[in-house]
Amino acid sequence: MTWWATALPLVPLLPLAGFATLALARRLPHAVIAVIGAGSVGLAMCLAAAVGVGYIVSGGPAGVVVWRWMEVDGFAPVIGLRLDALAAVFIFVVAGVGFLIHLYSTAFMAGDEGYRRYFAGMNLFVASMLLLVLADNLLLLYLGWEGVGLCSYLLIGHWYRDAANGRAARKAFIVTRVGDAALAVGLFLLFGSLGTLNIRDALARAAAQWAVGEPLAVTAGVLILAGAVGKSAQLPLQTWLPDAMAGPTPVSALIHAATMVTAGVYLIARMHVIFDLAPAARLLVAVVGCATMLLAGFGALAQRDIKRVLAYSTISQIGYMFLALGVGAWAGGVAHFVTHALFKSALFLGAGILIRCLAEGHDLFAMGGLRKVFPFTGRAFLMAALTLAAVPPLTLTFNSKDTIILEAWRSPTGGAVLGAGALLGAIVTAAYALRLFFLAFCGPVGQQARRRPGALMVVPFVLLALLGAVAGAPDLIAAFTGRNFLLDFLHRSLPALPAEAPQPVWTGLEQIGLAAVSLAGVAAAYVLYLPGRRWLAKQAAAPAGAALRRLALGGFGFDAAYDLLLVRPFAWAVRAGRGDLFDLLVNLPAHAGDALHALLGALQTGRLRWYAALVVLGAVVYLALTVLL
Amino acid sequence: MGTVPMEHGLILAGVLFAMGAAGLLARRNVVFMLLSVEVMLNAAGLAFIVAGSRWGRPDGQVMFLFVLTTAAAEVAVGLALILCFYKHLGTLDADAAASLRG
Repeated sequence: MTWWATALPLVPLLPLAGFATLALARRLPHAVIAVIGAGSVGLAMCLAAAVGVGYIVSGGPAGVVVWRWMEVDGFAPVIGLRLDALAAVFIFVVAGVGFLIHLYSTAFMAGDEGYRRYFAGMNLFVASMLLLVLADNLLLLYLGWEGVGLCSYLLIGHWYRDAANGRAARKAFIVTRVGDAALAVGLFLLFGSLGTLNIRDALARAAAQWAVGEPLAVTAGVLILAGAVGKSAQLPLQTWLPDAMAGPTPVSALIHAATMVTAGVYLIARMHVIFDLAPAARLLVAVVGCATMLLAGFGALAQRDIKRVLAYSTISQIGYMFLALGVGAWAGGVAHFVTHALFKSALFLGAGILIRCLAEGHDLFAMGGLRKVFPFTGRAFLMAALTLAAVPPLTLTFNSKDTIILEAWRSPTGGAVLGAGALLGAIVTAAYALRLFFLAFCGPVGQQARRRPGALMVVPFVLLALLGAVAGAPDLIAAFTGRNFLLDFLHRSLPALPAEAPQPVWTGLEQIGLAAVSLAGVAAAYVLYLPGRRWLAKQAAAPAGAALRRLALGGFGFDAAYDLLLVRPFAWAVRAGRGDLFDLLVNLPAHAGDALHALLGALQTGRLRWYAALVVLGAVVYLALTVLL
Repeated sequence: MGTVPMEHGLILAGVLFAMGAAGLLARRNVVFMLLSVEVMLNAAGLAFIVAGSRWGRPDGQVMFLFVLTTAAAEVAVGLALILCFYKHLGTLDADAAASLRG
C-alpha cells in the first residue's frame, strides 16, 4: 500500500477531531477556538495537497479500509476511503477553500456568543464533506451526505434566537430530506439488483449486467438525480437555498462553494456509469440543469438583497454543472465546480465584508458608490464578478463555462436547444454579476463604513478572488494547443466525450464568439443597471413589469405553490386528524379520571368543621343502621 | 348507698358525647374545638368506667387510664398546632384555614 493511501483517513479525521475537541471542551478562550477550528482544516488542506501529489506521482488510484462495520450474508459495509482524480480535485478544493473561509470566520464571527458552537459546526461540515467525497462505498457516502445536511441545519440556524433563522434552517433540512429519501431508495435499488454498495464494484457490475436503456438503470439514475437535486438546490427543490442566507455569511460561502450544494454534482459525476447506461435519466439531468440555470439567473436579476443575488447565482451556476454532467461532459462539470468554488466563495466573503462594515449591509439599493469607501475590496470584488461573468482573458471561468457551452452544442445528448440555453445563460450570468457590482460599488455614495475590515477578512477574500481570476491564464494559452491540464487530469477517472479532430481556427473563433457573449451581458448590465439609469425602473413601474418583477423576486412562485399544494393540505390533515376515534379511545381513561377527580375534589372544602360534621353524620348513619337493622 | 344504674351512666356519657360533638361543629374558635374534643374523649372514658363497674372488672378503669394519657398527648400536640395556626394566620377562626380546598 502506498504511503499516501495510508494517510488518507487523516484527511476527514483532522476536522472531525477539531469538531470533537470544540464540542466537548468548555470554556476555551476564543483565540484557542480559532486556532483549533481553522488549524484542523488547514492541516487537512496540507494533507490533501500532499495526498494529491502522491496520487499524481504514483499514477494510480488507491484506497484503504479502516474498519468493517458488520458482515451479514455477504453484505459487509466498510469504512473504506478511496482516492482517484475526481476525489483528489474535490478534497483539495473542499479543504483549501474551507480553510480560507475558516480563517475569514475567525474575524467575521469575533465576539459572537456561539463562537465555539460555530467552529464546531464548520469543522463537522468540512469533515462530512471530505468523508462523502472520499467514501469508497455508497453507505459511507450516505453518512457524509446526511452529515452535510445536519451541519447545514445547525449553521443556517446559528443565530437561533431569531425565529426566522430557525424556520430557514428547518426549511433547508426538510426540503433536502425529500431528495435524501429518494437517494436512499435509489441505494436500496442498486444494492438489491447489483448486490454490493462498493462504488467500483457496483459500477462494474452495472456495466456488465445492464444494457443501455435498461429500466432499472433509468430508475436508479432518476432516484440518484432526485437526491442530487435536493442537495444541490436544483428545480424543483431549489427553494431552500435563498432562505439559507439566514446563516452567517461565511456559512453561506462554505455551503455554496465547497460543501453541501456541490455534493449533488459529485454524486452524479461519481455514478456516471449508471447515467451512461440510462440516457433518459442523463437527458433529464441536462434539462433540469438548463432550466434551473435560466430560471435562477433571471431570479438573480431581480433580487435586492446582496446575499440572495449570490444564492440565485449559485443555483444557476450549479445548473451549468448539471447541464455539463447531463450532456456527458463530466470533466467539464467538475472543472466548473472548481472555478465556481473559488469565485463564489470570494464573492460571499466580499459581501460579508460589506455586511460587517456597513450599518445596513444587505440591501443593494441602500449601497452605491462603495468603490470610494472600500477601494481595495471594490477592486477585488470586481475581479470576482468578472470571473463569474466569464470575461476573458484572465478568468478560468471563461474556460470552464466555455467548455460546458461548447460540449452542450456538440454532445449527442445536447444539441441546439440546450446549447442555446447555455449561451443565453451566459449573457444573464454576466448581466447579474455586473449588476451586483454596479449597484453596490458605483454611482453616488450611499452610506459610510462603520468600521474597516481587518486583515484576516481581507486577505482570504483577495486571495480567493485572485486565485479565481488568474488561475485560468495557463489554461487559456493551453486551450489553443488543445490541452487543458485540469480536464486532462479529471479524464483519468471520468470518460471524455468522443474527441473531434482539433480545428485550431474554429477553436479560436469559438473563443472569440463566447467572449463576445459574455461582453454582451456586461454591456447589458452597464446599459440597464448603472445607478442613474431610468429605463428599467420605468418598465418595472408599469403593471406588467411590476408583476414580472414580483414573480422573479419571489422565486417564480415555487414557495407559494408548495405552500398551497403541500404545506396547507398537510397542516389541514393534521388538524382534521386530531380528534379521531382512536384519540377518543386513548383519551377516555384520562377524561374519566378527570371527572372523578372533579367529583371527589368538590368534597375537599378545606373546612375542618365540614369534615367533622361529615364524620359525625357518618357515625350517626352507621349507628342508626346497626340499631334499626 | 344505692348504686347508680348503668343506663343512667351510659345516658350521661351519650349526652356528654353529643354535647362535645355539637360544640365541635358549632364553635369556630379552634381552642374551643379542642375543648369540645376533650369533652367527647371524657364521655368515652365515662362509658368505659360505667361498663367496668357494671361487670365488676378492672378493664374499664385500665382503658380509662389509656384514654387519659391519649388525651394528655393530644392536648400537647393540639395546643402546639393551635400556636402555629395562630402564628400563621393571625386568627383562631378554624374556617380561615381553607387553603387545602379541592
